[in-house]
Amino acid sequence: MSDLSELYQQVILDHNKSPRNFRKLEGANRTAEGYNPLCGDQFTVYVKFEDDVIKDISFQGSGCAISKASASLMTASLKGKTEGEAEILFDRVRKMLIGELDTKSNLHELGKLSILSGVCNFPSRVKCASLSWHTFHAALKGEGKLASTE
Amino acid sequence: MTAMESVARTTPQAVIKPFNVWRIREDFPILRQKVHGKPLVYLDNAATAQKPQVVIDTINRYYSTENSNIHRGVHFLSEQATAVYEDARAKVGHFINAPETREIIYVRSTTEGINLVAQSYGRTFIKEGDEIVISAMEHHSNIVPWQILCGQVGATLRVVPINHDGEFWVDEYEKLLSDRTKFVSVAHVSNALGTINPVREIIDMAHRRDIPVMVDGAQAAPHMKVDVQDLDCDFYAFSGHKLFGPTGIGILFGKAEFLEAMPPYQGGGDMISLVTFEKTHYNVLPYKFEAGTPNIAGGIGLGAAIDYLSGIGLEAVAVHEQELMDYATEAISGIKGLRIIGTAKEKASVLSFVLDGVHAHDIGTILDQEGIAIRAGHHCAMPVMQRFGVPATARASFTFYNTQEEVDSLVVAIHKVIELFG
Ligand SMILES: Cc1ncc(COP(=O)(O)O)c(C=O)c1O
Repeated sequence: MSDLSELYQQVILDHNKSPRNFRKLEGANRTAEGYNPLCGDQFTVYVKFEDDVIKDISFQGSGCAISKASASLMTASLKGKTEGEAEILFDRVRKMLIGELDTKSNLHELGKLSILSGVCNFPSRVKCASLSWHTFHAALKGEGKLASTE
Repeated sequence: MTAMESVARTTPQAVIKPFNVWRIREDFPILRQKVHGKPLVYLDNAATAQKPQVVIDTINRYYSTENSNIHRGVHFLSEQATAVYEDARAKVGHFINAPETREIIYVRSTTEGINLVAQSYGRTFIKEGDEIVISAMEHHSNIVPWQILCGQVGATLRVVPINHDGEFWVDEYEKLLSDRTKFVSVAHVSNALGTINPVREIIDMAHRRDIPVMVDGAQAAPHMKVDVQDLDCDFYAFSGHKLFGPTGIGILFGKAEFLEAMPPYQGGGDMISLVTFEKTHYNVLPYKFEAGTPNIAGGIGLGAAIDYLSGIGLEAVAVHEQELMDYATEAISGIKGLRIIGTAKEKASVLSFVLDGVHAHDIGTILDQEGIAIRAGHHCAMPVMQRFGVPATARASFTFYNTQEEVDSLVVAIHKVIELFG
């Protein structure tokens, strides 16, 4: 069960139970819907993007503990970031989730998000953790309405 | 009480063979393995069933000693392969009590069987303004082919609702049937809920109005005796891989009078009798619907699976599965915060459930760490999930090689999930 407790850390369970920024965002100017056809996880990410800064960000929807906690942690870590900073973070998270972020310092830079590093040992759950990030990315780029993990 | 005693007690009049689950498990090599250090508990039989050694050996033998193309060679191997392949077709016909072997069409799967009927029968006989009736518990493979057809010909899809227990609503069905109804297609057994539908009654009601009926038998064929003459269905489809046979092979039964009137589904070799550039004469049934080199090993493997299953006896299988379902249903109903989705009176061995505050996907991962394989998701039946207001369910599905001990493991693991999620 050691792997399992690495996946379902207390912080993740906590974010699942009481997700941060879990609401519709009034005044959002970038939104996207993300959907994982495999398990039916479905999220909307709202972004208020002004002067190259993510002034506010929130999400709504339903999904498993991993996808919900990941979305919750994402919103907390993206607030106040510039587009460039967000892109760098997105890339690091993506690498962490597929187990390609090997150095400890890289992991350290991810701060709280690093508790999702256990996900890479569960290939079938990687998409759960990355769903909100792909959705955020689609929102920021204004790429249509529906982001998908497929 | 042993399985044998219970068999004798439940149906004294039927001749049921002795049933020993531990002995039967030895026939399935995959069941011996460990997953994450725990003995594999395979409860995802509705997705696909495991294969007995005899099926694996049959396919192995085919490729080792019999492989060749069928229906075209004059040489020894081709004749031999053709004979075994056609013999398997006859076994299938016998298995579902089809009047004639030429009514058994080899397809890739249930999905292909339904698509064949939708495209070949549907595009020929269903017209603008007509209606096709399905139910709210269908697998996507019995929804989407009809939607595609409706788009092509301008017909409308009508859906029979299901009640709180996940049962087919016969009264509503009757109301939906009209002069516009030109086809009915329903699942024999629901993969998401386990409901066994009253298909005989459904067929009767349609036939009184001369409406043909297709039955999706993907989940029924592995668990109960299917008799297409008794049901009087016009089409019946099922998949080899859910019936302890190989993937990539499935069966479409169709009444000869329908199949004769239908155009081919695909064109190519084997489905013709004479080709010139001016005109092609189609082959006779069943070959008219079997274009190209088929899945020969698949057909032969399916024949072996049917022999194996018949050897155990579907009556004995049904008794064992019912006992297991009763045991499992009682065991998990007692778990606090757990809700069973699908509580039909007539139910096959599918146990779909949700847990308060825990998503099915998380249940699936935690159970997997205990070596328990279940399915988590929408089970290719998203309208069913919407009907019950859940995004997904966890589904344990049983078959004859599962044991009460495995159900016990499932219950212990569910308690672990609850513990973890507090
Ligand atoms: C009720 C039902 N119909 C159809 C199918 C489709 O079967 P296949 O994927 O083998 O074509 C399934 C498989 O899950 C099923 O359960």
